[in-house]
Amino acid sequence: MALDTAPRGWRAGGRYALLITTAFLILFPVYTTVIAALKPGNKVLENPLLPDAFTLSVLGDAWTEGRLGRYLFNSAVVAVIVTVAQLATSIISAYAFSFLVFPLKRVLFGIFLATLLVPLEVTLVVNRRTIDSLGWLNSFSGLTVPFMATAFGTFLLRQVFLQIPPDLREASQMDGLGHWGFMKEVAIPLVRPTMGALGLFAFLSSWNQYLWPTLITTEDDMNTVQTGLRLLRSSDLDKPNLIMAGTIIAAVPILIVLIVFQRQLVRGLTAGAVKG
Amino acid sequence: MTGATVSQKRRWRDAPLALAMLGPSLLVLGIFVLYPLGRAVWLGQQRCNYQGRDCQSVGWGQYTNVIKSEEFQQALWVTIKFAAITVPLGLAFGVGLAVLADRHLKGMRFFRTVFSSTIATSVAVASLMWLFLLQPSVGVLANVGWLNSVFPVIKEPGLLNDPGTALWSVGISSVWANLGFTFILVTAGLQGIPRELQESAYVDGAGGWARFKHVTLPLLSPTLLFTTVVLTSRAFQAYGEMDLLTNGGPVPQDSTTTVTYFIYGSSSIIKNNDGLQAAVAILLFIVLLGLSALQFRGFGKRVHYGS
Repeated sequence: MALDTAPRGWRAGGRYALLITTAFLILFPVYTTVIAALKPGNKVLENPLLPDAFTLSVLGDAWTEGRLGRYLFNSAVVAVIVTVAQLATSIISAYAFSFLVFPLKRVLFGIFLATLLVPLEVTLVVNRRTIDSLGWLNSFSGLTVPFMATAFGTFLLRQVFLQIPPDLREASQMDGLGHWGFMKEVAIPLVRPTMGALGLFAFLSSWNQYLWPTLITTEDDMNTVQTGLRLLRSSDLDKPNLIMAGTIIAAVPILIVLIVFQRQLVRGLTAGAVKG
Repeated sequence: MTGATVSQKRRWRDAPLALAMLGPSLLVLGIFVLYPLGRAVWLGQQRCNYQGRDCQSVGWGQYTNVIKSEEFQQALWVTIKFAAITVPLGLAFGVGLAVLADRHLKGMRFFRTVFSSTIATSVAVASLMWLFLLQPSVGVLANVGWLNSVFPVIKEPGLLNDPGTALWSVGISSVWANLGFTFILVTAGLQGIPRELQESAYVDGAGGWARFKHVTLPLLSPTLLFTTVVLTSRAFQAYGEMDLLTNGGPVPQDSTTTVTYFIYGSSSIIKNNDGLQAAVAILLFIVLLGLSALQFRGFGKRVHYGS
C-alpha cells in the first residue's frame, strides 16, 4: 500500500502546515463569533480578536429577551413534523410505484419526477397566496404542509424497493402476506438505512428554511430560529454580542444532530447525486 | 371471458390501494408544486393591487416588458456574476480540501471534521457570522487597527457597502457556508476511486500531479458535475445572504440584488406586485432549466461514469 503510508519528513510537515492553516482560516469566523458571544457588551469592540473578558449572561439574554428559546421550539416542531410526514408519504408512494399494478403508473411517476425540476423560489409567490386564502399565515400548518411530500424521497426509496426480487413478493403472497404485511416485514426493514439518510436530509432542509417562513410569518410567536435571527439582526445591530450569542444558540442543536447522525449525513448528501 | 378483459381486470386490480397510497403525495405536490407553477405562469401576465387581490390580465407582453426592463437585466447580471464568483471558488476549495485531507495521517479525523463543519450552519447563521466580521462599525475587521489602516475600505464605507466589494464579500461568505457540503461530496467521490488505480499509476512512475490529472480528476467527474449543478442552482436561488448582509444594496447600483432577491427582497421595487413577482419567478425557472440542460450537455460529454 505505497500510497497509504504516511509521507515522511518535510512533505508530511508541509501537508500538516497546509492543513493547520486552512483549518484556522475556516474556523476564524466561528472563533470571533464565540468570543464575542461570551463577552459583556462594553468589551466587544475593544479587542475583537482576543477573549479578554468572559460572561454567560449574553447567552442568557439571547435566550430570554431575544426569545431564542421560543424560536428553537418552533423550529423543532416544524422540522419534526416535516420529517415524519415526508418519510411517511415517501414510503407509501414509493411502495405503490414499486409493487402495485395500476393504470397510468409511468405517467404519474413521470409527473412526480418532473416536480423535482421546479425550484422552491418559483412556487412561493403563489404558495403565499394559497396559504393566505387557507387562513394559514402565522401557523404551523403554513410552515409544514407544503413540505409534507417530496418526489425525491419517493424516488430514492423506490430505487431500493426495486432491488427486492419479484419472487420474494410472490412467495410472501403465497404465505398469505398482504401488502401491509409485506411492507412491514420486508420492505421497510430493507430501506431503513435510506430512510435514515432521507430523514436527516428532510430535517436539515426544513430546519434551514429561510425564505418561506419570512413570507408567511408576521407574528413574533411563530418565528423559527432562522427568522428569529433575522429579527435580532434588524432590531439589535448595536449589540453584536447578543446577535452572536443568538447565532450560537441557533447553531448548536444542528451541530449535535449532525454529530449523532454523521453516517446518515454522508449517505444523504451523496444520495442526492442520484437526483441530478 | 376473453384474455383482454382478464388483463384489463389485472391492470385495475390495485388501483384503489394505489390511489390511497399515492394520494397524500399527489395532493401536496399538486397543490404546492404543480398548481403554483401553472398559476404563476398565468399570474405573470396579470396586475394585482398591492394586497395581491383583484388581479386583471394585462397581456403576455408583461413578460417581454420584464425581460426588457433595466431592473431585471441588472438582477440577472448580478446573479451571473455571483455564480461566477461562488461556483468556481466553491469547487476549487472543495476539491483542494478533499485532496488535502485524503491521506491516512495522524489527526486527520480532526481536520475532516473542521472542513465539514460549515455544513452545520444555516444561511442565517453563516451570514450573521460574516456580518459580524465585515460590518463597518461593530464588525471585527473594522475594529482591528492595523488592518483597516492597510485597507481603509473596511471602515469607510465598509466591504458590504462599497459597490466594488459588496458582491465579493457576500460571495465569500456564501462559499464559506457551502464549503462543508462540497468537501463532504468530493471526499465521498474520492473514496469511491479504487486505490489500485492510484497505486498502479504510482508504480508506473506517475507523479502526484499526473496522478491527480489523469486518474483522480476523470474518475471524480460525475461528482464534480453534480457539485457544479448544485452550486450553480444555489447561487441562482441565493436569498438569505443578501437579506442579512446587504439588503440587495449598496444602492443605487443594487450591487447584490440577485434575481431571487429581486423577487422577494424587502427592499425590492416589485415586492408588493404579485404579477411581476410571478413573471420574474417564471423567467428564473426558465433560466435555471436552460442552465442545467447546458451543464449536462457541455460537461456531460466529458464526464467519465466508469465502465
